[in-house]
Amino acid sequence: MGGADLWSLAQGAATTLGVSFLAILFAAPVGLGLALIRWAKIRPLDPVVATLVSALRATPAVTLVLLVYFALPTVGLSLSPFAAAVATLALGSMAFHCEIWRGVLLAFPAEQLDAARAFGMTGRQRFRRIVAPQAWRFALPALVNEMTLLIKVSPAVSVIGVVELTRAAVRIGATTYAPVPPFLIALAFYVPAIGGIVALQRLLERRYGTLPA
Amino acid sequence: MTAHGLAVVWAERGMMLRGLVTTAEIVAIAAVLALALGLVLFVLLVRSQGGPVARAIAWLIDLMRCVPFMLFCYLVYYGLPYCGVLLDGWTAGVFSLAVYNACYFAELLRGAWTQLPREEIEAGSAFGFHGWRLIRHLVLPPVIANALPMLGNQVIQIIKDSAFLIIIAVHELTFSANEIQATFYVPFASFVAAILLYWLLCLAVERGVGAMVRTAEAWR
Repeated sequence: MGGADLWSLAQGAATTLGVSFLAILFAAPVGLGLALIRWAKIRPLDPVVATLVSALRATPAVTLVLLVYFALPTVGLSLSPFAAAVATLALGSMAFHCEIWRGVLLAFPAEQLDAARAFGMTGRQRFRRIVAPQAWRFALPALVNEMTLLIKVSPAVSVIGVVELTRAAVRIGATTYAPVPPFLIALAFYVPAIGGIVALQRLLERRYGTLPA
Repeated sequence: MTAHGLAVVWAERGMMLRGLVTTAEIVAIAAVLALALGLVLFVLLVRSQGGPVARAIAWLIDLMRCVPFMLFCYLVYYGLPYCGVLLDGWTAGVFSLAVYNACYFAELLRGAWTQLPREEIEAGSAFGFHGWRLIRHLVLPPVIANALPMLGNQVIQIIKDSAFLIIIAVHELTFSANEIQATFYVPFASFVAAILLYWLLCLAVERGVGAMVRTAEAWR
């Protein structure tokens, strides 16, 4: 393994971080939107979202990325491997974001909402002034945890040829006939990256606490 | 999804079904092994509280929770031959799923254990329960009962992770779907069918765990 191999591992690591970051960027707002649809029980959409989220949560990322990459062209929508990778990770993560927000919203203390109602606040005001400022604090540790899950599942996108970190390591192993060293270097990237996010999550948990039981 | 695609997948249902059976088999075996190994890690963790063994296990668990399963699977598949152990894809897959998830199971059990009221344990030792007897009668039953829903979620994670085994050529469900897709070019129907089967599998696990949780609550 030479310098060129280390450089390709670094590029792989950048791709891993890139697809994960872009996926979160799409997943976070859409997941919150879906959770609000379910929370407010918006009628025709609520059961559709519930079914979609349940199916997505049961879908392996490998299967989903193959579906997105190979099936979308049959309906006239061709994505590059990179775009398909981002779309897949975003879809999977979106379902978990939705569940996290829904859990927080459902567990929200009813007394507070009753009190706000007694003060004559409208639904929109209750959400903006009472729910939103507190809910994000309860949701934050779980949302950060979802980031670690996303990075851990991101090697799935290598099956459609995206050269992220794990695939970069596989390719080096295939040319040097020594597969273990590049895997260990990849490990030395993943562990501190994910471990760092876990540490951040613990810090947030200590600062903001968990859901009121 | 075209009618043609559906017809092809239906015609190839034998292949799909073999994939589903392999996935279910792998998940069931890996889950049982992972639970057994996870329990061993947990008991060791409890018995040597704060000691070097407990610290080593805690370190192993924290490390494993930072490793992507696919990378771990590659390391097992390509690394074990260096240690003189040659495993076929199926065995390497089950082994890596079991070891990887054992650490997650142990962590979930540890989490349930820290939530346990200390008084019960103290009362137990006052009544002369020590060591293994204390763990078996007073620690494990409530810890397992409390951790059940989380353990169930982890089994669903095992189902999802089992699709990664396609990379070491295990003929599981996603492999079947990919074969049908590659042979007949019906990607939509074949992968959607696979996803529906994964979904059914997960719903079945959810149902099963739900029933176990209710039984545990009634029994308490």
